[in-house]
Amino acid sequence: MSATSPTRTIAPTTRRVPPLGGFNLTVMRIEIARMLRNRRTIVFTFVFPAALFLAIGSGSGWQEKAGNGNVAAYLMLSMALYGAALTAAAGGAMVATERALGWSRQLRLTPIHPGVYIGMKALIALLLGAVAITVVNVVAIVQGRATMPTDRWVEAALLTLVCTMVFAALGVFVGYLVPGENAMQILGPGLALLSFLGNVFIPIDDGTVLWHIASWTPMFGVAEISRAPLTGELPWYAVVNAVGWLAVFVAGAAWRMSKDTARV
Amino acid sequence: MDTRTPPASTAAAPAIRLEQVTKQFGTVQAVRGIDLTIEQGEVVAFLGPNGAGKTTSIDMMLGLSRPTSGSVEVLGMAPRQAIARGLVAAVMQTGGLLKDLTVRETVAYMASLFADTQPVDEVLAHAGITGLASRKVGKCSGGEQQRLRFAIALLSDPALLLLDEPTTGMDVEGRRAFWGAIRADADRGRTVVFATHYLEEADQYADRIVLVRKGQIVADGSGSEIKALAAGRTVRATLEHADHSAVTALSQLAGVESVEVRGDTVLLHATDTDAVARHLLTQTSAHDLEITARSIEDAFLSLTGDDETDADSPADHGHVLEGTTR
Repeated sequence: MSATSPTRTIAPTTRRVPPLGGFNLTVMRIEIARMLRNRRTIVFTFVFPAALFLAIGSGSGWQEKAGNGNVAAYLMLSMALYGAALTAAAGGAMVATERALGWSRQLRLTPIHPGVYIGMKALIALLLGAVAITVVNVVAIVQGRATMPTDRWVEAALLTLVCTMVFAALGVFVGYLVPGENAMQILGPGLALLSFLGNVFIPIDDGTVLWHIASWTPMFGVAEISRAPLTGELPWYAVVNAVGWLAVFVAGAAWRMSKDTARV
Repeated sequence: MDTRTPPASTAAAPAIRLEQVTKQFGTVQAVRGIDLTIEQGEVVAFLGPNGAGKTTSIDMMLGLSRPTSGSVEVLGMAPRQAIARGLVAAVMQTGGLLKDLTVRETVAYMASLFADTQPVDEVLAHAGITGLASRKVGKCSGGEQQRLRFAIALLSDPALLLLDEPTTGMDVEGRRAFWGAIRADADRGRTVVFATHYLEEADQYADRIVLVRKGQIVADGSGSEIKALAAGRTVRATLEHADHSAVTALSQLAGVESVEVRGDTVLLHATDTDAVARHLLTQTSAHDLEITARSIEDAFLSLTGDDETDADSPADHGHVLEGTTR
């Protein structure tokens, strides 16, 4: 018992608050290492989109002209977008597992700002999305069929990366919405379906009923945007679609996050 | 009796201050107006049965949830601000760890989030988990994970440590070592608040016990005070025509916990039964007095239990305990 010696008190004001809301590179490094250790992530990120590109691109007609390049380039852009979207969504959806494990709760007992944390998660999702895009592009270059002007090639890759943000936000949203490991089981097939509707796998004929429905789905707009440097056309509704869905997913994620007071 | 350290003469902010705190979940009133001040350096047990509101109160102290009404202050600031300065840490029984990180990564990750922390290697060594540094958390045993949780909690040298059922699953040896370390830290100024539903553990390791029941504080005092309370006795006397006003008068005597009337017999549960007996014999027509001791467990259950007979008892207990709080 400390009855004889006076208890020392701690002066609360001598303690500092970390800068930047807790943003730091140690977390980024560990999170990236963590994702790269996950075999499923590796398959989704590095192997699947590239394999899909090789499989679809092996059909005839790859050398036909498409906008400023050829069909092979068109396919490459589509697969890069698909791979990056899947990776980013998987990264975002990791919050589901983290919540189930009580990690999110543990983090709320540290100085890190929840917004900064989600920001770091989004950044990591984008980084891995960039890797997915790079892998498909490198495979395409090695294969040697895709042709398009270099500046437009770079432009398209960067645009794809920007578009990936939509799916990082979607991943976080679904991660908060769906408990535990189920998030990815919804996102995997869900993104495949959206990719079909978004003109990523198979072209949908303009003006058909299916096309009209598809033009409202989340993959449609970003697909048009990421291919714009190749096709040379950027319809206004594609931009509206992409911006609209980004707003919906970010708002949804923010809304679920603010509701996230449950003790898990 | 009170072995607690008096508040420092300097204007040190209390570690915790709850004022008229309530918390409602839908129609359920989990906390029904708690006033509590815990000074720095105290080791306080939050004692009560499951569902008494212990965890809800701790969540509010941690800023994980907001009170429906009332105010919560930690070290003179809002809980979230205290947490941003690394002043508050908590250890939960389960969860809070990522299975796919190594032990070292987990510590490094958490350490990177605070402005000031001890070096990772020192923290690992202090917690005795240096040998586990490169092991995946998912491959660690329950005890090893618990040591890791403590290592994380102590990273920022918190001024306030909140523990939820901390020794669940520990053996006797581990429990003793654990509390030895906690006491040593408390002597250096760290405030420790732990939730438990074991009277024995609260009595052995806390300077002060706060007894919660149905979302209210029903007792607050040192272990011996609580035990004295729990060791109250029953006075049985014959008192003809005990009407309502007579019963009310009896229930307002100092130290009386409850009054029960069975025909011409009154039963009084009280801490100071001598005073009650003196009153009955000198101020009333009661006769045939009989004083019996209650077992500690019985009395403790009556304080924290959920039996029908003392449905209005929280107020009574509050009255009883006025003399013993702080």
